[in-house]
Amino acid sequence: MKLSRKWLSEFVDFEATSKEYDDKMTLSGSKVELTEEPSEEIKNVVVGKVLEIVRHENSDHMWVCQVDIGEGEPVQIVTGAQNVKQGDLVPVAKHKSLLPGGVKIEKGKLRGVASWGMLCSLKELGLDLHDFPNAIEDGIWILNDEGVKPGDDIRPLMGADDSLVEFEITNNRPDCLSVIGLARETAVTFDKPLKLHEPVVKGCGGDVRDHLSVEIQNAELCSRYCARIVKNIKIAPSPRWLRQRLRASGVRPINNMVDITNYVMLEYGQPMHAFDYACLNGGKIIVRNAKEGETMNTLDGTPRPLTPNMLVIADGEKPVAVAGVMGGENSEITENTQMAVFESANFNGTSVRRTAKALNMRTDSSSRFEKGLDPMSTLPAIQRACELVELLGAGEVVDGVIDVVAAEKPVTTLPLEPEKINALLGAEIPVDFMRDTLTKLGFTLDGDTITVPSWRGDVERCADVAEEVGRFWGYNEIPATPLRGETVMGGLTEKQKLERKLGETCRGLGYSEIMTYSFISPSGYAKIRRGDDAAITNSIRILNPLGEDTSVMRTTSLPSMLETLARNVHNRNASARLYELAKLYLPKAADELPEEKLCLTLGAYGGLDFFDLKGDVEAILDALRITGAEFHARKDASSYHPGRCAEITVEGRVIGILGQLHPAVAEAYDVTAELYAAELDFEALRELSAAEITYAPLPRFPGVHRDLAVVCDAAVTVLALEKCIRAAGGSLLKAADFFDVYTGLPIPAGQKSVAFSLEFRSDEKSLTDQDVEPRMAAILEKLGAELNAHIR
Amino acid sequence: MKAKLEEIRSASMKAIESVAEAADLEALRIRYLGKKGELTAVLKQMGSLTPEERPAMGQLANEVRARIEGAISEKAALIREAMLEKKLEAEALDVTIPGKKPSLGHKHPMSVVLDEAKDIFIGMGFTIAEGPEVELTEYDFTRLNIPEGHTVRDWQDTFYITEDEKIHLRCQTSPVQVRVMEKTKPPIRIISPGRVYRKDEVDATHSPMFHQIEGLVVDKGVTMGDLKGTLNALVEKLYGAGTKTRFRPHHFPFTEPSCEVDMQCFACGGAGCRVCKGEGWIELLGAGMVHPKVLEGCGIDPEVYSGFAFGIGVERMTMRRFNIPDLRLIYENDVSFLGQF
Repeated sequence: MKLSRKWLSEFVDFEATSKEYDDKMTLSGSKVELTEEPSEEIKNVVVGKVLEIVRHENSDHMWVCQVDIGEGEPVQIVTGAQNVKQGDLVPVAKHKSLLPGGVKIEKGKLRGVASWGMLCSLKELGLDLHDFPNAIEDGIWILNDEGVKPGDDIRPLMGADDSLVEFEITNNRPDCLSVIGLARETAVTFDKPLKLHEPVVKGCGGDVRDHLSVEIQNAELCSRYCARIVKNIKIAPSPRWLRQRLRASGVRPINNMVDITNYVMLEYGQPMHAFDYACLNGGKIIVRNAKEGETMNTLDGTPRPLTPNMLVIADGEKPVAVAGVMGGENSEITENTQMAVFESANFNGTSVRRTAKALNMRTDSSSRFEKGLDPMSTLPAIQRACELVELLGAGEVVDGVIDVVAAEKPVTTLPLEPEKINALLGAEIPVDFMRDTLTKLGFTLDGDTITVPSWRGDVERCADVAEEVGRFWGYNEIPATPLRGETVMGGLTEKQKLERKLGETCRGLGYSEIMTYSFISPSGYAKIRRGDDAAITNSIRILNPLGEDTSVMRTTSLPSMLETLARNVHNRNASARLYELAKLYLPKAADELPEEKLCLTLGAYGGLDFFDLKGDVEAILDALRITGAEFHARKDASSYHPGRCAEITVEGRVIGILGQLHPAVAEAYDVTAELYAAELDFEALRELSAAEITYAPLPRFPGVHRDLAVVCDAAVTVLALEKCIRAAGGSLLKAADFFDVYTGLPIPAGQKSVAFSLEFRSDEKSLTDQDVEPRMAAILEKLGAELNAHIR
Repeated sequence: MKAKLEEIRSASMKAIESVAEAADLEALRIRYLGKKGELTAVLKQMGSLTPEERPAMGQLANEVRARIEGAISEKAALIREAMLEKKLEAEALDVTIPGKKPSLGHKHPMSVVLDEAKDIFIGMGFTIAEGPEVELTEYDFTRLNIPEGHTVRDWQDTFYITEDEKIHLRCQTSPVQVRVMEKTKPPIRIISPGRVYRKDEVDATHSPMFHQIEGLVVDKGVTMGDLKGTLNALVEKLYGAGTKTRFRPHHFPFTEPSCEVDMQCFACGGAGCRVCKGEGWIELLGAGMVHPKVLEGCGIDPEVYSGFAFGIGVERMTMRRFNIPDLRLIYENDVSFLGQF
């Protein structure tokens, strides 16, 4: 809502600079977004009188004028305009003047003749014909009839001697979408009286009922409808003061009748409409739902298909307006209108909003109605409109008002509870202040009973009253207190601690954290070669996504990670180690919320191989004290390289997967480098991580060390060998660590040599070779028997 | 003989003094103290002395021996030290050559700020509650006093999952308030950080997914003054002691009274500059006293209990904290960006 300070001053007498006004209003609850000072846009432009005008000696279209600008000596100005005559009053941009748009005017020479400024057109002053209908479009603005004299500042004439304050009005305060509403807030904020004006209509006799009948068929969507009739209309431009106020409020002046409806809407917050009476079939207004198949052209000339859930204003046969949104072209006020009907009605906010949205035409009217307006303002608004008709001489107002009230709005009363208000605010606001503030805001107090004014539908309970009192007392006057009451223990849950620990571990290993969107493109599934895997493509779909790219809730974190890796590759980062602890969204039944499951994802490229990544994953498991993890080759995980992918299991439970991404996947992301990733199920990690630590005694006796190298078939895995060694090693074997694998001469083709470092130790005595030999023999025997692996 | 001993003493002292190498010192030891050494040779002549002379001469001889031994070992220590020094000198490195650094990973800037905020609240006795992001409209709207027909429920603002509008992507962390109050009896003191979703096109300050930190305190006698105290403490911890705040009346459906909290612009100290768009204040968060309807809806009697709630936008806090000019950087995850935090 844009408010003209000049218009405001008609309702409240107060003095404040723009800064003071903005600050105080903001702190009492009417947030000022910005204040425009149109007077800053125009400087050194005055009224001048053309004393003499002669042809330019070197030009066939320019003129040299001697202009009296109220400074004694006239100044010489060259103009190219053809509509200036001797004796005309014109706007003069003097030497060193400023015009809208930051245009600076200085003295100069035009074809050798000195010119001390410029004569201005409407356009050069940021105006158009709507603002000054008697001017001409392409020529100097002639001011002969504007009541000005040489030397006058041009700005008051333009209405540029005003401050325009842009307010952010919250949804609960549609009453503040009006000059009066903001004047009331201003009056209370600055503790000045609010000067309201009671409209007076003289009338010209007759009776509106002889011409018009109004019927409301849907009381739920239209609670009240007021109508009056104006006859003998003389359509003309509105007077300058009215045009300036509309313009200051961002509304374009059209003609007196249309301008009056807009003026009243701005002043009272009550949208109004005017119909050409001649176009209303049968002299009837019927407020009803649109009929199936009905259409109407709105004022903007657009045909609108109407549906039965839309409320329309109809005459005896056809819709003439979409209620609360826009009038129809078929009943528009024109140059030829003789008699008009003013409408001032109350329509249901939700209905207007839905209709406006369905028709894709949010108007000043609909955006007010949709917030829920005061039904009591319909009558004063229509009276004000008729008063203005008489004031402007736009027509004659027929006596009588049609006021159909289809549904009464109950009056809200509340007890005034000062202790409760102070207890909620934590303040000690005197009762007198509370009563005084509420009264100024238009509440009435009868003893301890508060009656809420009709325009404050947002005040329903004590907490609402507390806000009214508190905001004028000043939120910043309420003392800040530390939290009291029962001491409660704050802290992280075990799960939250583990999340932090995982992050710390990943970072310790050189991985940086990323954050990616929860929604992905469904094409991501195909890019990771799982486009036909129903287990993951069955994902939560957003019905109204911003775009296909962000249309499904991810069931796998791989596409987001790969996109990030690819972006880094394309940004020419030589390497990356990334992790994300991200949620996956796994659908359940259609009407159920999905399972939101955390997944730790690692992604990397540049200077690493499979075993680097595997080592990092092993380190993460170590950090969580998860033991017994096994890595089994997975050849069928379609996103991964079939020979470089392992599934991670602990006690038979799958907890994740890791490996090099399939080259086709990398290619789908436009990357030729080897990409690596690991996906770990957070819940499984959490359940398997051993929280309790118990001390184990340090070894008391020295152990015996043996290195063992065996030759076996190349297909035998290191894990199988290791398991076999451990099984045969008995309780004395404390460690069997792989340290080398070798193929090539002298090892026969198809075979390999694998070396382990074995550690035997007893807790009872120092071991000797004799103690260890039988175990080594058993190990070799088992390796030979089960895996055909023999000592090298 | 006495003269001989004195001569050995002064000659040996001079010789030891002038020695620089360990080998030369050893040669001196043999020359004076060895079996065939000079001192030994003198002592061998002891037999020729009278019994009266012997004790005095014996004492003198021992003295001379002790003196020489002492001087040699002192000199030996000096030589060892000098040799060590020489060795260390030879081993000296150019310490300006860069170290062998294992590369550490970095926390995402959003996590830096989130963790910091969490720790501040934990210090004030808060716990961290969690709730679903794909949420029931019931929790995100209806029970937060956002009735049907309210603009935020529009399909152009909220991402819907079901046609009947029963499930959508939560557009605020506030539904966690309802979920917590429904299950927990006061006193309640929680924050709930998380992802939220609104239908905003991506640009320098908007993202269809962003993060909020919800806060909720419910107890007997909780006041707006307590809300101010708590938020002031947060702001001072995040932005330094003495950071000024101001509380501005505002409107949210689920709080009454409601307010927005600004902090005095850190760049200009309130005078007005580009950072604060000339206002002198920067909008931080929205807050208010929990609406009695919301309490009632969760089975908490608003006549007995009161509470406050607040919601902080984490992206904006992060951008301000690190001077990040464009929100898109946060979700692009370029390693040269991540490496800065």
